Amino acid sequence: MTTTTGVPTLVRGRLGPALPFLVGGVLVVVMAVLPLLNISIPGILPGPTYTPGTLALLSLCLVFAALALSYNLLLGTSGMLSFGHALYFGAGAYGLGVVLRFLEVPLWPGILIALLGGLVIALVTGSVAMRVNGIPFAMVTLAFAQAGSVLVRRNQQITGGEEGLRLPVEHVPDWLVGVANTRNLYWFTLVVLVVVYLVVLWVDRSRLGHLAQATRENELRVQVLGLHPYRAKLAVFVVAAGCASLSGIAYMLLQSGTQPSAVGADLTITVLVMVVLGGVGFRWGAIVGGVLYTILDQRLTVLARAEWIQDLPGILRVPLSEPLFLLGVLFILVVLFLPGGIAGSVDAAVRRRRGERTRSELARMDDSAEPRSEVTA
Amino acid sequence: MSAVAEPILTVEHLSGMIAGQQVVQDVSFSVPSVGITAVLGRNGVGKTSTLRGILGLISRRGAVTLDGERIETLPTHRIVQRGVGYVPEDREVFAKLTVAENLALAERTKNPRREFVAELFPDLVARRGQMAGTLSGGQQQMVSVARALLNDNRILLVDEPTKGLAPKIVAQVADALREAAKTVPILLVEQNLEVVRRLADDAVVIAGGQVVHTGTAASILDDRALTMRLLGVSGEVPA
Amino acid sequence: MSGLVLILITGVGLGALYFLVASGLSLIYGLMHVLNFAHGAFLTLSAFIGWQVAQTLGTDSWGSFLASVAVGAVVGAVFATLTELVLIRPLYERHIEQVLITVGLSFAAVALFEGIWGTDPININGPGWLRETTEVLGARIPNTYWVLMIAAVLVLAALVLFLQKTRYGMIIRAGVENRSMVTALGIDVRRSFTLVFAIGGAAAGIGGVLAMHYFTFVSAHLGSTLLIFAFIVTVIGGLGSLTGAAIASVVVAVLQQFANFYLDGTGDFIVVALLAVVLLVRPRGILGRKA
Repeated sequence: MTTTTGVPTLVRGRLGPALPFLVGGVLVVVMAVLPLLNISIPGILPGPTYTPGTLALLSLCLVFAALALSYNLLLGTSGMLSFGHALYFGAGAYGLGVVLRFLEVPLWPGILIALLGGLVIALVTGSVAMRVNGIPFAMVTLAFAQAGSVLVRRNQQITGGEEGLRLPVEHVPDWLVGVANTRNLYWFTLVVLVVVYLVVLWVDRSRLGHLAQATRENELRVQVLGLHPYRAKLAVFVVAAGCASLSGIAYMLLQSGTQPSAVGADLTITVLVMVVLGGVGFRWGAIVGGVLYTILDQRLTVLARAEWIQDLPGILRVPLSEPLFLLGVLFILVVLFLPGGIAGSVDAAVRRRRGERTRSELARMDDSAEPRSEVTA
Repeated sequence: MSAVAEPILTVEHLSGMIAGQQVVQDVSFSVPSVGITAVLGRNGVGKTSTLRGILGLISRRGAVTLDGERIETLPTHRIVQRGVGYVPEDREVFAKLTVAENLALAERTKNPRREFVAELFPDLVARRGQMAGTLSGGQQQMVSVARALLNDNRILLVDEPTKGLAPKIVAQVADALREAAKTVPILLVEQNLEVVRRLADDAVVIAGGQVVHTGTAASILDDRALTMRLLGVSGEVPA
Repeated sequence: MSGLVLILITGVGLGALYFLVASGLSLIYGLMHVLNFAHGAFLTLSAFIGWQVAQTLGTDSWGSFLASVAVGAVVGAVFATLTELVLIRPLYERHIEQVLITVGLSFAAVALFEGIWGTDPININGPGWLRETTEVLGARIPNTYWVLMIAAVLVLAALVLFLQKTRYGMIIRAGVENRSMVTALGIDVRRSFTLVFAIGGAAAGIGGVLAMHYFTFVSAHLGSTLLIFAFIVTVIGGLGSLTGAAIASVVVAVLQQFANFYLDGTGDFIVVALLAVVLLVRPRGILGRKA
């Protein structure tokens, strides 16, 4: 039983498989060129595409799209439900800040060290967490993220405690600092997203990715074949964490600072919402989910301040003023009625038109996760 | 197959899946309303899955008719409430509940046949307060069978009741089933061919997820070539 | 010596609070294999409404305190029941989606609470005795701990009585062991699901009101931090085991107090480390069953 992690071949023939790459390439070019254009999408973007405000929002979208992609690698490809993914995102963000501040190295070595730090933490926590599967695994990852959150909040001197850590801009090249250079930061995050996408794509298509998928479907069978499910899952875990750390580094640069909420369970749940909304198991779904969530969050916050909302009676005004409430309800509706998310629903529609049977990714995870009694007769 | 009256249970084109794997391909057969019908076949061929499919305990497709009523669309507990008793493979008694509690849980009707069960299994009466998890295999099997006999069922689905039991207990269980069969038809999955010979009137043989042979139990077991081919063993009772 | 007594008693008291929240989680997971993330939301809402009740009746009296606890239990039970009927039941047997939906519910609920009651913690008052301490063997124990312990003991006793002496309790005990066999006996387990959610919600509601008095404030995030500890306790104790949850609650809380007192406030880490150790050595928890 194969798993879809990409766009179904909409076009038959030799052009078919190449289509996603063509589309992807065109999209990247379009995104790269956006800051030079004067496109306005009122209601969605705060201003025309060359303005720092819009570029900052778009950059944030890209950062979270990358984070969502990395989480989809865990959840979609390997079937690992982790509640602690934000730990590695925070490790990247805080790592960069701490390294630049205390080791006083230039930016690029700093990034490398922060990334390595994230990978090491992932290796340690992952190998402990992976001693168990399913719900206990989720709990351990949650606990680790919580521990990280506490660590960051308590250590005032190193991490700035509750107020967060400011990016030591003395060590960052000028062209990445300041509102005027938002454009450069935008391009930086675009590069990060492309890198993360390529890494995720490579893992999905490689033997490692296939092994992880097989393990997700039936771990026993993989073991019996003499392969090592534990190692494969750990490798995917560490790669996903590395991508998350990279996103965290981009986040730190973009926001010129980070805060304890970048580490805890809350952010992981946010990413989970993004991935489910976009469609578990689909790379482009994760990107769509990350971008959509970030824009919705921003827009709904602005909308909440609108006069017509403020004038509503309390019972309507209160829920509508809370973007997270609306997003949470949307999430619930998606899980109830559209478990495939956006990408999953599109994929199912395309497949149904071609007469194939469809099954949402989450349903497949339910199948393999549920302990079945051994049948011998 | 004896066709004295309408069959109590009819299965048509039953197919079943467990975790994405097809375990029953296309099974169709009828169970007469009197006597014991055995389900035979090699290991892994889908016998237990067929029983579980009838009950809806696994995801399945196909038609199941109980006493003239189509039941495959009902949830498991409703199927059971219609009068289907189940004695699962591996007994599945509740280890942390006492014998009395295990039996009480099974009581569905207004007047459960407690005396009947007490007569058949006096040992269980003595062990009322004992935790079912501490019982021996044979005693647990008694509990499992007793559960199915407490209610007025229209059919019993019994899955390998003698598996792993000492010969003396095997005889006891077989006797209990023979006694029960006087009032309720039984569909019996059994690997122990001696027990099949003693108990079963008719038999259905499954291979490759499908029914490949039906007939009286005696005629199947007496046909050495047939049993060798379909079951991998001779049907003869060891000397 | 008095330091040790303080740690032990406050540890047991804190463990009592953890147990109140974890008991429901353990039962729900044991029977339904659903990890209920919304449990924290049940807790928080019960605390808020319990607080409003106490405010109207006057926060100083014991009568209003007891009323707020009772109201908390009812609110928790109702919220939990509605959650099960509307969100969980339609997703029967789809455990991953059930977990996700409880996550979504907690996500939405916390945001809604912030909208209604604001983001800042609200300081609360209770009967004066709660602010005082009682001396035991040289240690001054804040009286909130006694209340927590009494409540937990009462809830535990009620739960055990229910599980051992009623038919539904028997069904739940059997269902925790082998849910499909219970269905195969002709019993509709779904009713037990709703019941278990309601019971868990009630216990969480009591825990919420008492947590509020323990922390002396109520906020939209009251449930979230407690929930993580409750999860840890449930996993260490063994998912599905009430006794395991009780034991683990006390062990975890005492160790936490110990670490906070003698090891410079590292209580949170010790708890996480303990979880890691337990999972490495005995993945199913102290009293959990093999998967």
